This record gives sequence, C-alpha cells and structure tokens, in this order.
Amino acid sequence: MISATKPIKILFFTIITLFSFVPFTNAQDHNSENNEDIQTNHEEKEFNASELINEHIGDSHDFHIADWNGHAISMPLPVILWSKNGIVTFMSSKFHHDNNGEVVVENNGEKFVRIHEQIYQINEGENALILGDELVPTNASRPLDFSITKNVFSMLMSAIIIFLLFSAVARSYKKNKNAPKGIAGFLEPLVTFVRDDIALPNIGEKKYERYMPYLLTVFFFVWINNLIGLVPFFPGSSNLTGNIVFTGVLAFITFIITTFSGNKNYWSHILMPPVPKALYPIMIPVEIIGMLTKPFALMIRLFANITAGHIIILSLVSLIFIFKTVAIAPVSAVFVLFMSVLELLVAALQAYIFTLLSALFIGQAVAEDHH
Amino acid sequence: MNLVAPESLVFWTTIIFVVLLFLLKKVAWKPILGAVKEREDSINEALKSAENARKEMQNLNADNERILKEARAQRDGLLKEAREMKETIISEAKEEAQVQANKVVEQAQATIQSEKQAAIADLKNQVAELSINIAEKVVKSELSDISKQTKLVEDLLKEVTIS
Repeated sequence: MISATKPIKILFFTIITLFSFVPFTNAQDHNSENNEDIQTNHEEKEFNASELINEHIGDSHDFHIADWNGHAISMPLPVILWSKNGIVTFMSSKFHHDNNGEVVVENNGEKFVRIHEQIYQINEGENALILGDELVPTNASRPLDFSITKNVFSMLMSAIIIFLLFSAVARSYKKNKNAPKGIAGFLEPLVTFVRDDIALPNIGEKKYERYMPYLLTVFFFVWINNLIGLVPFFPGSSNLTGNIVFTGVLAFITFIITTFSGNKNYWSHILMPPVPKALYPIMIPVEIIGMLTKPFALMIRLFANITAGHIIILSLVSLIFIFKTVAIAPVSAVFVLFMSVLELLVAALQAYIFTLLSALFIGQAVAEDHH
Repeated sequence: MNLVAPESLVFWTTIIFVVLLFLLKKVAWKPILGAVKEREDSINEALKSAENARKEMQNLNADNERILKEARAQRDGLLKEAREMKETIISEAKEEAQVQANKVVEQAQATIQSEKQAAIADLKNQVAELSINIAEKVVKSELSDISKQTKLVEDLLKEVTIS
C-alpha cells in the first residue's frame, strides 16, 4: 500500500488537495445560506454534490474565489447587455451575489435581475420580478448578453498567456540563431510536433503550410485552456474547454476551413459519389450529413472529455462531505491526485486529438484524386 | 450544465480566437516556423557539406596513395637506371682500361723491341770495336809469330759468338 510506505507524502498531498478545493465546497455553503434565508428554514441543509458540480462546470457572471465567514469573495466581471435601448454595462458585483431575481439593478431607467446566472430585463413600469410556474419570469425578457463571464475571462487570460509565450519564442530566434534554449527550447519541439506529426502526414507536403497557423493556434489554445481548467483555484478552475458552446465554436471554425478548402475532388465525392446514379438520393444526403458529423464529433469529444474529468475530480472531493467524515479524505485525496495526473494527460491528448482530426478533415478536403 | 449566456461565449470565443490566430500568425508562427525551417536547412546543408568534405578527403587520400605509388615507382626506376648506368660506366671503364693497358703493353713491347734492336746494334758495334781492339792486341802480340797470330785469331773468333 502506498500510504504505508510514504505516509508523509500522502498527508502532504491530502492537505494540498483539501485546501485546493475549499472554494468549491464553500460555495455550496454560501448557496445553502441563501436558500435558508429564502425558505426561512433554520435546519442545516443537506450537502448537494450535483448542485456543487453543476455550479462549477457551468459559467457565471462572477469569478468566485473563496468564502469567508459565509460571505462569498469573488472577482466582479463586467456585464455587457444589448437591451431594448442599446448597450448597457455594469459590474456583476451590483447583483450582490444574488441569483434568485431579488436584487434589481437599475441602469438608466432599465431594471435587470439575475436568476440562476441568467440576466433578465424587467418590463417597463414594473419594479420587481414576478416568477410564474417552475420559476419562469412572467414580466421580464432576456436581453442579448455579451458579458465577460468567468469562461470569457479565462479565455482572455489564456490568449494573453499564449501570445506572450510565443511572441517571446519568436523574439528569441532573432537573437539566437543557434540551437534553441530556454522557453524556445521547450516550446519548439511542440511546434515541430504539430508540424511533423499532425500537419505533414495528414495534409501533405504541398499544402500544409497554409494551415499551420490555424493548427498551431488551436492546439495551444485548447491545451492551455485545458491546463487552466485543471488549476483548482483562482484564476484557474474554469471549465472553458468543457463548455459545449466553446468547443462548438472551435469545431465550427474547423468546419468552415474544411468547407472553404474543399477542392473539386472533395465536392465531387459529396455531390457525385462514385455509385450508381439511382443511389444518389440516398448517398448525397449521407455525404452531407457526413460533412456535418465530423465537426459535431470534434465538439462533443472535447466537451465530454474535459467535463467528465472535472466532474470526476469534484465528485471524489464531494465524497468527503457526503460521508461527513474526515476518514474518507485520504482515500479521496489519493483518487483525486490520480485523476488530476490523468487529466494532465487528457488535457494534452484532447488538444492533440482536436488538432489531429482538424488536420485530417482539412487533408481530406484538399486531397488530390488518387483514382 | 449552466450555459449562462451562450451568445456571449460564441461572440467572445470567435473574436478572441480569430484575433489570437491573426496576431500569432504574424508575430509568432511565421517567425518561429521560418527560423525552424532555416535552421533545419542550414543543418542539412552542413551535413551535406561535411559528407562532401569527407568524400573529397577520401579522394585526396586516394590521390595521395596514387602519387606515392608513382613516386615510389619513379624512384625504383631511377635507382634501376642509375644502377644500370653504374654498371655500364664500370664496364666501359674496364674496357677502356683494358684497351689502355693493352696499348701500354704494346707500346712497352715496341719500346723494348726497339731498345733491344738498339742494344743489339750497340752490342754489335761494341763487338766490332772489341774485335778490332782484340785484333789490334792480337796483331800487336802475335805479329811476331805469324803462326801464332793466325792461331790466336782463330781461337778468338771461336770464343766470340754472335747472337
């Protein structure tokens, strides 16, 4: 058994892991407090793991950092709304952590409330939100929301990190014409890996250079965001690459590139497949669906892998609070450590797979006729 | 899963990704890929030239070997020639010496012969003189007795032999 041989190490990891997840667990306490206020119920609320996990893997208008004495400490993020009268901006702290439509934010005569991270604009002439059946607002409508949410914030951060990293690498080549060293020595093998093992074999020597910027950007964008998501405390912990909207946009960009790179050969395979003409009514729809399933699979694969990893880690930590005993903590910690290491691998692997499949689809679109 | 505002994430993901793509393309990917390619080319070039140099070296070595061989052959030829020349010189010298010696001997012989002739002639003269002297003496002593004179002449003549 591992704990018998290296108890100090295990203890250390246990403590680290427990402290790392304090923000998430306390967020639950904070929520329950709110609920108590509403229900005026003084009973201690049961720990709800699924609520905690859902809150974590989803997006939010505040970046929750920690709780202190039952008060949430979070970084306010700008709320940008396209309301009936144009663009409205204010900081998310104006909602005072309210997520039940109770705090009304007034801005130039327009009134906004937040229910379960959705911002509603209350109809003119009314002062408070009226909830109908199943907590559906009756006297408010959703304006277009372009807020810098937690995920957008995380994405901006990753974009800045990537930009700084690679502009530094590019600058180092101007000074040093010899073998790369420092940060270039670390990142260059990854760049050449994308070139030699992803782009070259899948797209081919003639055309790969055009697609290198996209493949490199998508590889490092997904990878760095996966890694940021694995950092268990502020400013990490967002579940950006596990958000189906985000993966959908990236997959859509791959789809656009594939479609616009498609040569005569690619389109003739879709619109004039090499089958008897009588089968065209079946084959052409199948081929068109095939065009769409490829990016769809890209979207689902990345989303499901990353979200699953986050859910597993959070579930393992939640075990401690479900069993309400500290005895389970070492077991939980060992499993979480194992999963975290595995997720490090998955973070790189999913970035690789996303890039590889993008390159493969582009390669199919630009392939010359072999018949 | 709470998606909050999908339009927000769609909007920002598109904007951020596209901006990042174009920024990186300009600032990072082109210089990096260019530098990597340049270095790869220079490494390949260096390897190629090293290979060429190695081949040249081999050729040079072969050349050296050939030149050395030729030089050795030349030396051997020269030595052989020299030896032959020595041999001929020696033999010629020997012949010359022989001829010279023969000449000398011949001359010596001729000289001896002439000396001998001269000596003989001289001797003959001396004998003749001596004979005259003897005859004189005999004549002086024997002229008193004719018989004796005659006998003496005869005896003296018997003793002298002309060789």
